[in-house]
Amino acid sequence: MIEGIFVDGLIFSLMVIGILISYRILDFADLTCDGSVATGAAVATMAIVGGAPISIALVLAFISGVIAGMVTAAIHNKLKIPGLLAGILTMTMLYSINLRILGNKANVPLLRVPTLYTKLPDFFSFFKPEIASLVGTLLVVLAVKSLVDLWFRTDLGVSMGAMGGNEQMVVSQGINPEVLKLMGIGLSNGLIALSGGLLAQYQGFADANLGQGMVVQGLAAIMIGEFLFSSNRISLITLRAIFGAIIYKALLFFGRKYGYLVNITPNDFKLLTGILVIVSLFIAQGRSAASSRGARKKVLARNKVQEEIDA
Amino acid sequence: MLKLENITKVFHPGTVNEKTALIDINLHIRKSDVVCIIGSNGSGKSTLFNIIAGTYPVTNGTITFDGVDITHKAEYRRAMTIGRIFQDPTKGTAANMSVEDNMITAETKGMKRLKISLNNAKREEFREILKQIGLESRLKDNVGLLSGGQRQALTLLMTAMSRPKMLLLDEHTAALDPRNAQIVMDLTERFISEQKLTALMVTHNMQFAIDFGTRLIMMDEGQIILDVSGEEKKDLTVDKLVRLFKDIRKKTYATDAALLTTN
Repeated sequence: MIEGIFVDGLIFSLMVIGILISYRILDFADLTCDGSVATGAAVATMAIVGGAPISIALVLAFISGVIAGMVTAAIHNKLKIPGLLAGILTMTMLYSINLRILGNKANVPLLRVPTLYTKLPDFFSFFKPEIASLVGTLLVVLAVKSLVDLWFRTDLGVSMGAMGGNEQMVVSQGINPEVLKLMGIGLSNGLIALSGGLLAQYQGFADANLGQGMVVQGLAAIMIGEFLFSSNRISLITLRAIFGAIIYKALLFFGRKYGYLVNITPNDFKLLTGILVIVSLFIAQGRSAASSRGARKKVLARNKVQEEIDA
Repeated sequence: MLKLENITKVFHPGTVNEKTALIDINLHIRKSDVVCIIGSNGSGKSTLFNIIAGTYPVTNGTITFDGVDITHKAEYRRAMTIGRIFQDPTKGTAANMSVEDNMITAETKGMKRLKISLNNAKREEFREILKQIGLESRLKDNVGLLSGGQRQALTLLMTAMSRPKMLLLDEHTAALDPRNAQIVMDLTERFISEQKLTALMVTHNMQFAIDFGTRLIMMDEGQIILDVSGEEKKDLTVDKLVRLFKDIRKKTYATDAALLTTN
C-alpha cells in the first residue's frame, strides 16, 4: 500500500507545483485549478477512450489546462478584475465544458483500454506492478520538475518571479506584465491539468467533480512543504512542494485507515484540510513575528553597546 | 527631448471627488537638463511624474519624447527609455528574489527570452558593479534582507545598468536616513554625469534644489509657477525663492516650513 501513497502523492505533486506557480511565484490567487484539473482528466480520458496514444492524451490534457489558465489571465488582464474573481468565472464555466467533454456524463470509466498504469507494469516488467507504477510516475514527475526548474532559471522565468514579488519593477523594466501572467497562469494550469490526466488513469475514471476543493488541498501541501526547509532556490522550492504533496497524501491515507479510532471519517477531510491551512498560516505568522522580535532585540542591544561606547 | 503640451489631468471626473491635479502644463525638457522640481504637498509633482511615466492617462494634451508622440503609449513601453526611481525603496526591486536575479532582470529592458543569461561570468560582472555599494558578497541573498538604503542603492545601480535616456527621481532619498541618503545621492550624481543623463528630480529641500542640477521648477496647485535655469538659477537663495513664491501666488503660509523645508 505504501507505493500507492507515493504514486498518489507524486501525481498530486504536479498539481501542487502548478498551484505553487500561481500562488507563490506569481502571487496570483487562482481558483481555475478546481476546474482545470477535471478538464485535464476529462480530455485525457476521452482521448484514450477514443484510441489516442497515452503520450498524446497527456499532451492534450496539458494544452487544455494552458488554454483554461490563459482564459483566466485574459479576463483578469482585460477587464481589470481581481485574479480571484477571474479564476472563479473560468472554474464555473469549465464545469459545463467538462461535462461536454465527457459527452454529457458526470463520470467516464477507463475500463478495458490501455492506460499508463496498465502499461507501466509491462514496461518495467522486472519490477513488481506497484513498484513499476511508482517508478514510472516518479520519472514523469522528475522530468516535469526539471523542466519547471529550468523554465524559472531562464531570463523569462526570472522576470515572472520578479512580477510576483513586485509588479511595478517588471513594468519599470519595460516588460508587459499581462503577457507574463498569460504565460504563467497558462503554465500553472497546464501542469494542474496534466496532473488530472494522470490521476484519471491511475484511479481508472474521469469525474466532473474531481476538482472540488483541490486548491485548498494544494495549498495545504505547499505549506507542509514550506515547514520542511526554507530556500529561495527554485529547484528546492519545487522539491519541497513534491515532499509536501506526498506527506499530505500520507496524512490522508492514515486518516482514512486509523481515523475511525478518533471518530474521523473521510467526510471530515475537507474541514481538516482547511484547518491545516489555517494552522500553517498561524504558525508562519508566529514565526515572522518571532523573528522581528528577535531583530528588535538585536537592534536594542546594539544601540545599548553604542551608548556605552559614547558614554 | 521631452515635451509636454497643454497637459491637464483630472481625477475622478464627473464625481464628487473630482480633482484637477494638473492645469494646462507646458514643459520642454532639453537634452542633458537636470531639473529639480519643488512644491508643497498636493501641488502636482507626483502626478506630473506619473503622467510622464505613463502610470495615468492624461485628460488632455500631448507628450512627445525625442519627437515621438507617446501620449497613449503604455507605461511598460515608455519604461524602455525612461528610468524611474520611487520614494519607496521597496518599489524598485523584488524582495522575494536574490540580488543576482534582480540584476539579471534589470540588465536588459523589454520582454525576456527563454535563455539562461545568469552564469559565472555575469556573476563576476555583477560583483564588480556591487562593489560600489559594498554588497558584492550578497549576490545570493534575497533583496528583502537588505536595508532600505541598500535597496535604494541597488535600484539605482539596476537602473543605471539598463541605460535609460531619461531618469525620473521621485524624492528617492526621502525615506532614507541622512547617511544613506547621501550615499544614494552621490551615486545618483555620478550616474547622471557619467551617462550624461537627462534627469527630473522631485525634492522638498529648497537649498538642495538650488545647488543641484541645471534647472529649477516650482509647482503650486497643478501649475508650474517658476522655471529658472542657467545664471539666474545660480543666483538663487532660499530667501529669494520664498519671496518669488509669495510674489507670484500672492499668498503666504503661516511658516515657510509649511511650504518647503530649507535644511
